[in-house]
Amino acid sequence: MLEMMNELINRLSKSFELSDVVYQRDNLVFVTAKKENTISLVTHLRDYEDFVHFVLLSCADWIEDGVFQLTYILNNPAEKYDIAVRCMIDRENATMTSVHHLWKQVATYQRELKEMFGIDFPGSPRVDEPFILEGWDDIPPMRRDFDTIKYAAETYEQMPRPETHDPAEHMKEKLHPDEWEEYSGD
Amino acid sequence: MLEEKNINRTEEETEEQTGKVLKHCWEDRVVKGPDGQVFIVDPIQDYFSDAEPKAYDPVSNKIVEKFLNWARAESVWVLGFGTGCGGIEIGPLRTPRFDVFRFGIQWRPTPRQSNAFIISGYLSVKTLKRAIRSYEQMPSPKYIMALGSCTINGGTYHDSYNTIKRLDQYLPVDVYVAGCMPRPEALIKGFEKLKELIKEGKAEKANDYINNLKWYKTNQKRVIKDWNMPDYNW
Repeated sequence: MLEMMNELINRLSKSFELSDVVYQRDNLVFVTAKKENTISLVTHLRDYEDFVHFVLLSCADWIEDGVFQLTYILNNPAEKYDIAVRCMIDRENATMTSVHHLWKQVATYQRELKEMFGIDFPGSPRVDEPFILEGWDDIPPMRRDFDTIKYAAETYEQMPRPETHDPAEHMKEKLHPDEWEEYSGD
Repeated sequence: MLEEKNINRTEEETEEQTGKVLKHCWEDRVVKGPDGQVFIVDPIQDYFSDAEPKAYDPVSNKIVEKFLNWARAESVWVLGFGTGCGGIEIGPLRTPRFDVFRFGIQWRPTPRQSNAFIISGYLSVKTLKRAIRSYEQMPSPKYIMALGSCTINGGTYHDSYNTIKRLDQYLPVDVYVAGCMPRPEALIKGFEKLKELIKEGKAEKANDYINNLKWYKTNQKRVIKDWNMPDYNW
């Protein structure tokens, strides 16, 4: 399996610029492609390397580097191994080319990413419609600069926290001085 | 070839026919009410009652009211609406092992036929909207049973951006069943408690909801940002 994946990476490296190749498992390899090459790489994998099954499209927010990492995971059902193509896109005005023409179900992932991270996929079906959140009026909630705790505290009525005591002080108040001496062992 | 032509012809014909039918559907209709008044009804528009709900007035005869309460307690019909993870705990109640049907509890498919609503776990804002609609459509007297810590103080979701933390701010709760999640036995205990309250005439939270409707509605509208339904869903 490892040899097969090595051969695949060698073949791909001839036509695409790949970096950060990580053999995650014995049937899963991660590669990073340039943003402008990603769509052609994914299309190539589907049409010529038998990665016909689309597993998922996910996103990670690298706020320190100012990028979003999109990960396309594809599966080769004949040989039973996966490849994950990473792609870094700019965090400001995040836009990516849609791949809904390759697999229909990608449109749903892209709709979710639009809502949760604010990444735009122009031309993807129903990408501007609300997906899970209704009437959301803040920055997309999965971005790391969104303060979830602050938002929850401001928006929703919270149950008051129960009063807490330092156990030693509390017992000192409750007990008789003699009992306290015995209790604390002084 | 002939067959193909025939098929094509029939398709065209049916298209024309359906077009006519649809056009007929969209036209304004003249409807005569039971009291002889004549209305013009636009089929595209949503019609709903904007009358204000009224609180339930107990029967003045205490013996009759007590009898009614006994009858209500013995037939708790639950709306089959599972929210959050507690929907899983409701299923086993209907199996031979727990069998709550022996207590007169059964599940109904529509809000119109039920008088108890189990909020079984966390409510996201999206679900809260549906829960409010369903609750308001239920006929009075109606009761709410809230399961799990999520409905009490948010539970695991106390810092979530999309779930409400305290259910009693948005809907009136008669009985809480604590736990994460409560076992079916705890649910049976909750039903027992609810029956006790009904028999004593203390399960009057639905009246609270109507008396404090303004407070509940402001709370609901603060959370549900795209309020696109009538103020009270009859």
